[in-house]
Amino acid sequence: MDGGKPYTVDELYEIVVKSKPYFGKNGGVTVSGGEPLLQAKALIPLFKKLKAEGIHTALDTNGRILNHFAKELMDDYTDLVMLDIKSMTEEGYQQITGQKNKETTFNVSTHREASGKPMWLRYVLIPGLTDHPEQLESMGHYFKDYKTIEKLEIQPYHKLGVHKWEALGWEYQLKDARENTDEELHTAQMVLKPYFKSISIN
Amino acid sequence: MEVKQFLEGLWTNTVNVRSFVFNNISPYYGTADFLEGPTAKTEKLWSICKKAMAEERANNGVRSIDTNTISTIDAFGPGYIDKENEVIVGLQTDELLKRTMKPFGGFKVVQKALSEHGLEPNEKLTELFSKYVKTHNDGVFDAYNDEIKKYRSLGILTGLPDNYARGRIIGDYRRIALYGLDFLIERKKEDLAKVTGPMTDEVIRLREEVSEQIKALKAMKRLGDKYDLDLSRPAENAQEAVQWTYMAYLAAVKEQDGAAMSLGNVSTFLDIFIENDLEEGLITESEAQELVDQFVMKLRMVRHLRMKAYDEIFAGDPTWVTEAIGGMFNDGRTKVTKTSFRFLNTLYNLGPSPEPNMTVLWSDDLPENFKKFCAKVAIETSSLQFENDRLMRDVRYSDDYGIACCVSHQDLGKSIQFFGARTNLAKTLLLAINGGKCELTGVQIFEGVPEDKDEYLDFDKVQTNFRIAMQEIARVYADAMNIIHYMHDKYYYEKAQMALIDTNPHVNIAYGIAGLSIVADSLSAIKYARVKPIRNEKGLTVDFEIEGEFPKYGNDDDRVDMLAADAVADFNNELKQFQVYKNAEPSLSVLTITSNVVYGKKTGATPDGRALGVPFAPGANPMHGRDELGAIASLNSVAKINYEDAQDGISNTFSIVPKSLGSDIETRIENLTAILDGYFENSAQHVNINVLDKETLRDAMEHPEEYPQLTIRVSGYAVNFVRLTREQQLEVISRSFHETM
Repeated sequence: MDGGKPYTVDELYEIVVKSKPYFGKNGGVTVSGGEPLLQAKALIPLFKKLKAEGIHTALDTNGRILNHFAKELMDDYTDLVMLDIKSMTEEGYQQITGQKNKETTFNVSTHREASGKPMWLRYVLIPGLTDHPEQLESMGHYFKDYKTIEKLEIQPYHKLGVHKWEALGWEYQLKDARENTDEELHTAQMVLKPYFKSISIN
Repeated sequence: MEVKQFLEGLWTNTVNVRSFVFNNISPYYGTADFLEGPTAKTEKLWSICKKAMAEERANNGVRSIDTNTISTIDAFGPGYIDKENEVIVGLQTDELLKRTMKPFGGFKVVQKALSEHGLEPNEKLTELFSKYVKTHNDGVFDAYNDEIKKYRSLGILTGLPDNYARGRIIGDYRRIALYGLDFLIERKKEDLAKVTGPMTDEVIRLREEVSEQIKALKAMKRLGDKYDLDLSRPAENAQEAVQWTYMAYLAAVKEQDGAAMSLGNVSTFLDIFIENDLEEGLITESEAQELVDQFVMKLRMVRHLRMKAYDEIFAGDPTWVTEAIGGMFNDGRTKVTKTSFRFLNTLYNLGPSPEPNMTVLWSDDLPENFKKFCAKVAIETSSLQFENDRLMRDVRYSDDYGIACCVSHQDLGKSIQFFGARTNLAKTLLLAINGGKCELTGVQIFEGVPEDKDEYLDFDKVQTNFRIAMQEIARVYADAMNIIHYMHDKYYYEKAQMALIDTNPHVNIAYGIAGLSIVADSLSAIKYARVKPIRNEKGLTVDFEIEGEFPKYGNDDDRVDMLAADAVADFNNELKQFQVYKNAEPSLSVLTITSNVVYGKKTGATPDGRALGVPFAPGANPMHGRDELGAIASLNSVAKINYEDAQDGISNTFSIVPKSLGSDIETRIENLTAILDGYFENSAQHVNINVLDKETLRDAMEHPEEYPQLTIRVSGYAVNFVRLTREQQLEVISRSFHETM
């Protein structure tokens, strides 16, 4: 693994327990990434210990993988799955992620729905790329009968990550994209409103 | 006196404001929805004040100065902002923002301050104070010995109140409103009669002091007369209660220009009168808010004459009108009232402001709606500080207290404190490493520490020598404090404030330290890495080479955090060894105000890798940029310093960018509330909250005229950002603004 700092499960658990007084009523632990499901096997004992302490657990994932570790982690130890929907089309998915097979994301959402446990969806609204009303409508249609989706979070596009890509010598694929206008955010919210219990713009 | 419909108690026959509040309070659990905006009168007055403050900024920070009159309780005629719109009256002089001479602290300081504005005191006063009248400053330097002077000039003890007024004493300003001056004068006369022989130094001094207090109370009556107010009797309605309380405070700031002149804990007291008038239909909510807005406006207009050098240790022209808001009674009832909300609401009605220094007394069992409102105000104004009410009540017992200056608990009307600025603990460590010699000048400060010739610093040896250095410094510090407070009582006694405090109160002596994070990180480097001192030809250590990694204070790592906690406990224990004037009880603060910059300048390179001259972190803060694990880890480190070892207070200034608290205001409020609950549950004592982006501050540096009211918490107080020097502004911007929790 490049970068980052390796921690053992026990070290992470210690850090979380020290932070517990700050959680308030709605606090807890969210594991994000990279892609946390790639480390599902290692996360199982951590989440197990957190649940034993009564600490709320959440995963921030793009659903790239659904093996039996990922299923066990989500089904038995994860209070909330926050699932990142990159695109409703295979083409869009590849353009944004450079990866194939959008279906893995939908396999995760289908699995979560079947488990009956809470889920939030997250959707990054990139002007000209993921904000066409038809795309939004098709997302709404796809998920409208889901019972476990508590909320859709629309994430406005920002360019804060551009310099990181450039520093790594990579070409930033979306460098032509611009940030959303308030009006575009409002429009997207209106299109999606009929399909979700709650929508927030982050 | 007339006892209205109030429930009687201990307060009825003896001076005991707590008993009045305890018996008559109406705790409030509701939301902020009832609050009203400013009235037309208030808006009119505030626009005049804003214009006057703009003139003040444009005129080198001072609007005008009187050079003929010594300011006393009843000096100067009445002064108004715009009489017909004022529901609460009274200015320090006859003119808004005019500054005055209070020469009994030190005449040379007054001369210096005036000369910086091209002025001088009138000839008669100059003759009097040069030939005949002695001041506090004269007295102190008559008694100082060479050793103290050396410690002072080399920057080991700095900012001592030996040429300016010590402040920190909080009069119980509520007493005039509750009892009226005649009742208070009678009680003081009774007290005086009970102070009887044999006539020892202490007894004679106390008799003289109480007599002075009685004269001060009589002068307050004359002050009231100037404004056609009969302060001899108790206040009879809400307007009078606010007005009487303000007059008591005004008397104090006319007579004294102490560094910090706290207000105490008046909002809950005033609420009783306001609720009474509201219930009887005598006033509306809008009029209630108007009283509070105009009172607060007056507090914002308090000014003292300061020389420029003062700005180094207390930047931005602060007055520390500290008002403690909220908190709980020991019986579990809350002290939060609607007037607690009304006070905070002035930050919306009049806009953000550093003064009065609003301090929320936080307890886990405060009403939820109040917690949320405080968090909202902190997020939107960066004008609030928070202190751990439960912790302070547990350790200090009193539940009727104010905050002296920045962070210090003071039992109202029962207890005072002697302010002692601070010593440089980082430099103390360098003295321990240099055989007792100043690392910059080579001057031998004290004997008893062997010269260190080792190639690498040895942790145990450094610890032993550090302890010896602490002992020496504590001894000289205590000597200096005894002289300072003896002389302040003798030449610049706070008769107005002391007249509103019980006769012969309990006294805390308030010592302080700066550079705690430097000490902790330096000891950690010596212990966990290898530190090689670089010595010059005289054998003085001028720099350090660090080989390897070491844990740094601010990352919730016990290995280093306990070094910080132990250093505080050790120095506190050393200070306790010394007898103090008036049997004062020693206490210690970890607080720098803005002197962290000037302390840094006077301190050589330190073993943690900090270069010569680099500013310290303020108060008990981790060093900028070293708290790498986010906000919570940083807070947890500070929380480990034991309040029992630093009962004068442990200041932490916490800055976070808005985004990292959440994407919308509701989430931010929820998260800040959770942070405060968590931090205080971990027994931390104090935190300043700034919710700001650095970009805003940078823009304010370039376009100060667009940010006249931009307020930022620094270390135990708040300042108008645009009134800081460029150097101080840059230091504030260099601090950690947490971007992750």
